[in-house]
Amino acid sequence: MKAFLKYREIWLLAAIVVLIGLISTRFPAFADPANLRQVFNDTSILMILALGQMVVILTRSIDLSMASNLCFTGMVVAMLNAAHPAVPIPLLIVIALAVGLVLGAINGLLVWRLNIPSIVVTLGTLTIYRGATFVISGGAWVNADKMSPDFIGFQRAAFLGIPVLSWIAILVIALFFVLMTRTALGRSIYAIGVNPTASVYAGIDVGRTKFIVFCISGMIGGLAGYLWISRYVIASVEVANGYELNIIAACVIGGISIAGGIGSVGGAVLGALFLGIISNALPVINISPFWQMAISGSAIILAVVLNARGERQQGRIILKKVEAVT
Amino acid sequence: MTDVPAPRHIPDRLDKPFSSAIFSWEALLVVVAIAIFAINSFASPYFLDPYSLSDLTFNFTEKGLIAFAMALLIISGEIDLSVAAIIALASTMMGMAVQAGADTPVLVLIGIVVGLGCGAFNGLLVTRLGLPSIVVTIGTMSLFRGIAFIILGDQAYKGYPESFAFFGQGYVWWVVSFELVLFLIAAIIYWFVLHRTSFGRRVFAIGNNPVAAQFSGVRVGRIKFILFCLTGLMSGIASALITSRLGSTRPSIAQGYELEVITMVVLGGVSILGGAGSIVGVVLAALIMGLVTFGLGLLNVPGIVMSIFIGLLLIIVIALPIIWRRLRGGRLA
Repeated sequence: MKAFLKYREIWLLAAIVVLIGLISTRFPAFADPANLRQVFNDTSILMILALGQMVVILTRSIDLSMASNLCFTGMVVAMLNAAHPAVPIPLLIVIALAVGLVLGAINGLLVWRLNIPSIVVTLGTLTIYRGATFVISGGAWVNADKMSPDFIGFQRAAFLGIPVLSWIAILVIALFFVLMTRTALGRSIYAIGVNPTASVYAGIDVGRTKFIVFCISGMIGGLAGYLWISRYVIASVEVANGYELNIIAACVIGGISIAGGIGSVGGAVLGALFLGIISNALPVINISPFWQMAISGSAIILAVVLNARGERQQGRIILKKVEAVT
Repeated sequence: MTDVPAPRHIPDRLDKPFSSAIFSWEALLVVVAIAIFAINSFASPYFLDPYSLSDLTFNFTEKGLIAFAMALLIISGEIDLSVAAIIALASTMMGMAVQAGADTPVLVLIGIVVGLGCGAFNGLLVTRLGLPSIVVTIGTMSLFRGIAFIILGDQAYKGYPESFAFFGQGYVWWVVSFELVLFLIAAIIYWFVLHRTSFGRRVFAIGNNPVAAQFSGVRVGRIKFILFCLTGLMSGIASALITSRLGSTRPSIAQGYELEVITMVVLGGVSILGGAGSIVGVVLAALIMGLVTFGLGLLNVPGIVMSIFIGLLLIIVIALPIIWRRLRGGRLA
């Protein structure tokens, strides 16, 4: 099982190397380490979000509200910064995490306490959080000139030659790696995805664990909110509209099974990188950016076809087994 | 004495006492609809006007048409997130046909065929390859709309023939629009298919237990394939209506409709886990969503704030019966 998982990530890594190779035949400078660092930095936010989504999907749930959470929290910190530029950035990040946590906890409570399917809950909060962004901002934008230089500059500052944004992504990846492979919570998350009933008998509080994963994805959404706004230096209601599906796409390409229980931190990161490389490469090899959507769509379908071939061997698809019997 | 047991009578469905009808989901929706209707009439003097009410119907007819097929699909335990992208692709193809000089009947045919084709593509991926529909349709959602973006870029198709405008803008009689008539006819057809035919029973059976359904001789794969085709077909029809109403095609047409359609279906009492739901509920949910958005529109509430109400409505309407059951259950136990 473990060897098999590694196998899949190696395949994805190989696909990414081939992709970079293909791109560099058209545009040799793409494979330059400096450029690859840039691509990593550009993809940092998507990687962070994909990790937050991953823990939710692993428990057979889904969080469609992450992009709206990002939009709302981003607006909160941007307005706070515009009104009180003296608030230090670390405190703003803590505030972003806290606001995101509250939004995630609302999702989690509805899923945990009322047993409403997560897709319904987050479909509702998806529109509510984005609408709430409009309510708190009155539809106004927060532009670059209203943000403090620290607010914009924090993630761009270089530390050991790498921007802080990339360091944050590396830190989050490390934290998730420890969470998923070295803690009881991580094991519970996998257990719930593989078999919720057995998890109950194993003494795992399924509802509470689901609540926790929604809190995690909420905090990630909040963190990404600050990072997104300070990166693209505009806070509006339209920020990251529809981005929730990109996040899920990154997870799917990364081999995380939508049926829960299968997936890894490395997969989510590579899945996000795959999408990031495509969106970075299209302009430099002179393909119209309008192709991007169709290409990532095809990548998702291809990824899910390949993933399903792996999963089928484990007998996860019940109907196929039935057909074999009859 | 031979002991022949009397043949056991197993009723097709349980008798529904009157009290359960009162507390049914549909009854709850009727109450909500009447309440919103009443609030709207008090809140705006322009609401109770035949022409206003006629405009109101345009808020839900197109999405409602898709919602019927989506309801069947969700009852069978699948989902289709690509419906809005199908609208965009079908509309783009119709736009291309217009540039090539096609006339109205050909345009409508193209819209329907493209929709059907997209639905069949989804259906093949899900049933032939055994893939989870939510992921497949997230993929095809990007793919279909992506193709529309490749063809159109930042351009738009215009110049649809005048006779084409009838589908989205025409009235059959007085204030009754063509779209509304189509919506009602589709409602009756889907109600009949789901609740009065063996096909409908099979859809419920698949949603409740696909394995048991398979062993009972239900062709699970084929029925799911048909349902995906139906959803594509309805999206194609909706595409013709929207394109006709707007008179132009952009690749961003109908963006975000998929979530509104699913909200409509879930609000209508269809279980997102499959196996339960009714067309009457979906019709009522479509009406409620139309009433909410139109009523708030009359009060100059921006669309984005309306979406808060739709989202709250979705969660509250789903949560209320659960809380209610828990409170009553707590007292009894």
